[in-house]
Amino acid sequence: MFKDLFQILIFPGLTFLVIFSLFAEYFDRKLYARLQNRVGPPWFQPFADILKLLAKEELIPCEANPRMFKLAPLFAFTAAITAFLYIPLWQIKTLFSFNGDVLVVLYLLTIPTLSFFIGGWYSTSLFARIGSVRSMTQLFAYEVPLFMGILSSALLANTWNLKEIALFYSAHPWFWLFNLPGFCIALIALLGKLEKVPFDIPEAETEIVAGSFTEYSGKLFAFLKLTLDIEMVVGAALLAAVFFPFGLQMNPFAGFVLFLLKIIFIVFLLSLLRTVMARLRIDQMIDFCWKYLVPLAFVQILLNLAVKGVILK
Amino acid sequence: MHNSEEFKIPIGPQHPALKEPESFSVALKGEKILGIEIRLGYNHRGIEKAAEERTYIQDIYLIERICGICSHSHSTAFVQAVEEIAGLELPKRALYIRTLIGELERVHSHLLWLGVAGHEIGFDTLLMYTWRDREIVMDILALLTGNRVNYGINTIGGVRRDISKEQAEEVLKAMDTLEERTKYYIELGLSETTLVKRLSGVGVLTYDDALRLDAVGPTARASGVKRDVRKDDPYAAYGEMDFKVITEKNCDVYGRTLVRLKELMEAYQIIRQCIKNLPEGPVTIKAPRKIPAGEALSRYEAPRGEDVHYVKANGTEKPERVKVRAPTLANVQAVKQMLKDRFLADMPIVIAAIDPCFSCTDRLVSLRQVDSKDKKTMNWQTLREYSIDWHRKQGIDFKKLNQKLKTNV
Repeated sequence: MFKDLFQILIFPGLTFLVIFSLFAEYFDRKLYARLQNRVGPPWFQPFADILKLLAKEELIPCEANPRMFKLAPLFAFTAAITAFLYIPLWQIKTLFSFNGDVLVVLYLLTIPTLSFFIGGWYSTSLFARIGSVRSMTQLFAYEVPLFMGILSSALLANTWNLKEIALFYSAHPWFWLFNLPGFCIALIALLGKLEKVPFDIPEAETEIVAGSFTEYSGKLFAFLKLTLDIEMVVGAALLAAVFFPFGLQMNPFAGFVLFLLKIIFIVFLLSLLRTVMARLRIDQMIDFCWKYLVPLAFVQILLNLAVKGVILK
Repeated sequence: MHNSEEFKIPIGPQHPALKEPESFSVALKGEKILGIEIRLGYNHRGIEKAAEERTYIQDIYLIERICGICSHSHSTAFVQAVEEIAGLELPKRALYIRTLIGELERVHSHLLWLGVAGHEIGFDTLLMYTWRDREIVMDILALLTGNRVNYGINTIGGVRRDISKEQAEEVLKAMDTLEERTKYYIELGLSETTLVKRLSGVGVLTYDDALRLDAVGPTARASGVKRDVRKDDPYAAYGEMDFKVITEKNCDVYGRTLVRLKELMEAYQIIRQCIKNLPEGPVTIKAPRKIPAGEALSRYEAPRGEDVHYVKANGTEKPERVKVRAPTLANVQAVKQMLKDRFLADMPIVIAAIDPCFSCTDRLVSLRQVDSKDKKTMNWQTLREYSIDWHRKQGIDFKKLNQKLKTNV
């Protein structure tokens, strides 16, 4: 009981995750700034931002539905944190493992997007509503390639259990290389999930102010910001667990450091991609996902089936 | 809007896409734009009236502050008109320096535009890069004129500062750096997929429409209209410069980007020619304080397009009438056409693509009594009465206070 609470609230749950995701935000912002020839923020900037927002007054539009408006950020926050608990951290064993947990993580990661939609919709602002509709439209475009990309790795391991995926790749050390196309697909789809350039269409600043978040302020906005950061870390952790399942048999400390490095590496790729591209339009985004990402994901699945049929037989 | 698919969203007067207050009311169906209403007039500052109250010399500095970016364009256009009325023949060196500053201004304005355009389509890296490079030309302007924005170099009868040999060398050095960077941006503009996707086919303004709607500057030239005051009606030293008028046949935002980028390359050439052929001699001649009666129209190719100034003198030291037509006023009509059947996502970049400068544009306000039959123009007295009436209806009444004040006095 006590141990469970510790795991959920302190490590590797809430406290650790919040601190690490704020660090990841710093890393992302600093790198983004350096790539753009700027100085960038100091290391405590994300912490300071959150503290400042927590101290601010929160305004709720009088036409908004106050209950839904307040609940949406909390739902999003909770779902993102819960998802992290199922991902194998630095060893082959996970905290809470059961068959199909990879799917649960993926679904838990969908909840924040839905919450953003609900929060934006119930805030009744025009900009928020357009943003909400856009984030839902976008969801249908990136969710399929994201699922296909991640599950192709699971398919090769012949299990929907993150622990067993880790076990399989420990037994077949270099097999993760087959999944590299899938990793690229999942990484691009993850950009859509995190609403980062080139897929930051739902919160396109110059068009619809801040999209779903337009009316949010104070503590509620702090939770939304934290959710986005945590989503980034959880998404990166899931990708690291599924696509880079190596170095899991080392001693716990070295494994832990390696795991963090993997996450930071994926965050690095995300920052790099958002530095070099412009924002697409929603129709172009959907075209791109269905015309290029989904067929590529099919090819990856076919490849994995072939590997399974020929090499592993 | 709960049940209908169509709704109106306000872009402006306060909106992150706009750097200045201006109202665009967009009727949307889903993401598609059905119609757009443009309302100008949030930035009216009464500059024309103020210019009539001041002397010509004071006016140069006032007119320069019409725009924060093409300040030299406005002051040169005004000074040219005054010089024409006074019949002044300017020394060559002054004309060359004016041309030089004018082209440096074009460089900084186009680089600024490129950054803003990048920001509007979510490409912030482009913004950071171009604005970093823009600092180079800003520093050069500060070196030559003493100021980064409002240079204050023009005066009636010439320019106020000469250029030394060392300064000229600094300018040439900076041009080399900038040329190299601009080449990189042209390459980037031609090859970066997301950039091309977001810009091409967006905000189409055909050749005929550009003529019909009287587009000017890069907006017109991107539609294939070969219209450039520097070539058509050369002023300052442009008659002696060797440069091309850049046109594109794309007719879209992508074309406008290319026109501006290539114009940058031409501007570097003009600056080099200015420095190379800079004639010796004085930079100013004595101008009379009182300008003889007469009128003149002066045209100037500002970075945003043709800038027109009209000055009427009455023989005193103050102008009788000054009229300014900024290039944005000519181009803003085209925005409606460009946004026909486009998406909301295209709106910021299409508006940005004409390189709008709304505070320059807002000139004359004429108030008409819409509720009266003849819709005549309101004068000051009726406007005041209308205002008092309106406030009374809102429950704000100063009648009692006024009486109280009167009895106290």
